Amino acid sequence: MRKRESTEHVVEVATPEFEKTAQKKEARRGLLMALPSYLYLILFFVIPLGIVLIYSFATRNRFGGTDLSGWNLESYERIAEPIVRTILFRSLWLAILTTVICLVIAYPFAYYLSTRKPAIRNVMLVFVMIPFWTNFLVRNYAWRVILGNDGPFTKVTEFFGLGTHELLFSQKAVVLGLVYGYLPFMILPLYAAIERIDGQLLEASRDLYGNGWQSFKNVLLPLSMPGVIAGSILVFVPSLGAYVTPEILGGAKTTLLGSYIVTQFLTARNWPFGAALSFVLMAVMLLMTIIYFRKGGRTL
Amino acid sequence: MSNAVEPRGLSKIGLQINGWLVYLFFYAPIVLLVIFSFSESRNVGKWGGFTLSWYEQFIDSSNARNALENSIKIAIVVTIISVILGTMSALALERFTFKGKRVFDALLYLPIIIPDVTMAVMLLLFFGEFFEILDNLFGIQLRKGFWSISISHIAFNISFVSVVVRARLAGMSTDLEEAAVDLYASRWKAFRHVTFPQILPGIAGGALLAMTLSLDDVVITQFVAGPGWTTLPVYVFGLIRKGVTPLINSISVIMLVSSMLLVGLSLLAERTRRGG
Repeated sequence: MRKRESTEHVVEVATPEFEKTAQKKEARRGLLMALPSYLYLILFFVIPLGIVLIYSFATRNRFGGTDLSGWNLESYERIAEPIVRTILFRSLWLAILTTVICLVIAYPFAYYLSTRKPAIRNVMLVFVMIPFWTNFLVRNYAWRVILGNDGPFTKVTEFFGLGTHELLFSQKAVVLGLVYGYLPFMILPLYAAIERIDGQLLEASRDLYGNGWQSFKNVLLPLSMPGVIAGSILVFVPSLGAYVTPEILGGAKTTLLGSYIVTQFLTARNWPFGAALSFVLMAVMLLMTIIYFRKGGRTL
Repeated sequence: MSNAVEPRGLSKIGLQINGWLVYLFFYAPIVLLVIFSFSESRNVGKWGGFTLSWYEQFIDSSNARNALENSIKIAIVVTIISVILGTMSALALERFTFKGKRVFDALLYLPIIIPDVTMAVMLLLFFGEFFEILDNLFGIQLRKGFWSISISHIAFNISFVSVVVRARLAGMSTDLEEAAVDLYASRWKAFRHVTFPQILPGIAGGALLAMTLSLDDVVITQFVAGPGWTTLPVYVFGLIRKGVTPLINSISVIMLVSSMLLVGLSLLAERTRRGG
C-alpha cells in the first residue's frame, strides 16, 4: 500500500502526462533493480528445475547413463513399487512424528517464554537462537558421539540400571536428531503467535470459571493456531527431505526419502528415477507451503 | 507486552521444568562434544585424560586446512554477491511496482521452500549439461569446484537475504524517504543517506544468514563439489561416514565456536548500535 503512495507523492501536483512518464520511469527502475536476481534465478534455478523434469521422463541406459530419448513415465510408475512405498511412508511417518514431538515440547515452552519479564525473555530467546545458528551437521554429529559405543548415553542408562540400549542407527535416533535440529523452528513461530494474544482474554475465560484445560482448548489454542501451523510446516518440510540426519544417526533399515534420492544419483546411477522422486518431493513441499500461506502464515 | 496469564500452582512448576529440560536438551550435546574434543581416548565418547592432540592433528592435516580455506573463500564471495542481489530484490519488491513483480516474488520464495536434496539434484544435472554444452560448442573444459559451489550457494542465498531485508523495509515508514525527495534529493541520494542507514541492520542480518548458510551447507555442496575440491562440512561429512574419529570432534568444535562467534559478534553489534 505504502509503496504506491510514495511513488505518487513525488508527482502529486504534476500533469497527467508527466505523471504517466514518471510512473513508467519508476517501473523501469524497479525492474532494473530486480533484473539481476531475476536472470540469476532463471538461469540457476528455473532452468535446472526444468532439466530435472526432463530427466524424470528419460530412460536409464545399461551403463548407468541417461538417454535423453524414448520418453516415458516409468520412473513415476516405480514410485508405486513396494520398496519405494515403504520408504515413502517411513519418511512421512518419521516427519509427522518429529513434528508432533516438537509441538508437544515447544508449545508449553513458548507459552512459558511469553509469561516471562521482557528482559529475561530476551535472554531466553537468545539461547534458543544460538542452536538455531550453529552448524546442523555438527549438532547431529554430537548425538552420534553421545549415543555411540560406550558413550555418555550408555553410561546414563547403565547408571539407572536400565541395561544397554542400542539407540544409534535406529529410527528413534533419527527422530531424536530431527527434533534436536528443528525444535527452534517450532519454538520461534509459536512464541510469536502466543506473545501476540491478549492476556485479558485468558483471564476472562478464567473469570468465567473455565478451568485451565478449558481456557487452553477454547481460547489459547485457537488464537495461537497460525503459530502452530507455521511451526509444524517449518519442521515437517525439512524433516521429510532430511538427508544428513538419517545418514549420520540412522542405519541400513532407516533409509529415508532424502537418502534414497541421493543414492539414485551417487551409487545406483538411476538418474531418471532420482529426478522423478525429487520432483515428487518438491511437489509435496509446495503443496504444504501453499496451505501455509493460505492459513495466513508469514514467518519464514 | 508481557500479557499472557502467569501460570499458577502445578502447571507453573511443570512449565518451569519443561523450560529447563529444553535448555538441557539444546546444550548438553554441545557441551559434551566440546569436552570430548579434549579427551585422549580414541573412543570419541569416552574420557581419557586431557589432550590437545586432536587440535594439533587438525592443524597438521592439509586436507582439513584446505577444506576450511575453501569454505571461507566461498562464504566471502557468496555473502558479498548474495547481499547485493538480495538487497536490490528486496528494494524492488518493497518500493517499486513493475511488470512481472508477482512472478518474481513467487520465484524468490522457491529456493527457500525447496528441499535441499531437490536443489542439489537440480544443480548437479544443470552443471553436468552446462559443462557438456560448453565442451561441445567451444571446447572449453570446466570442472566443478569453486565457481559451481559459489553459484549454487548464491542461488539460495539471494532469497534468504531478500526476505530478511524486506522484513526490515516493510516495518519502515517511507516518510523520511519522501521528505528527502521533497527536499530535492535525487533518488540515489535519498537511498544513500536515508534508506540505506535505516535498513543496514537488515542487510547485516541477511549477510550473517547468508554466510552461516554457506558455511553450513552439506547436501547441495556435496553434489556440486569437484573431485579434490571441497568445503569443510562436506569433508567432515565424508569423514563421519567412514567412521568417527576424535579428529572429527576437534573440527566440529572449531566449526561450532566459529558460528557462535559470528552470532555473538552480530548480537554485540546490534546492542552497540542501539546503545549508541
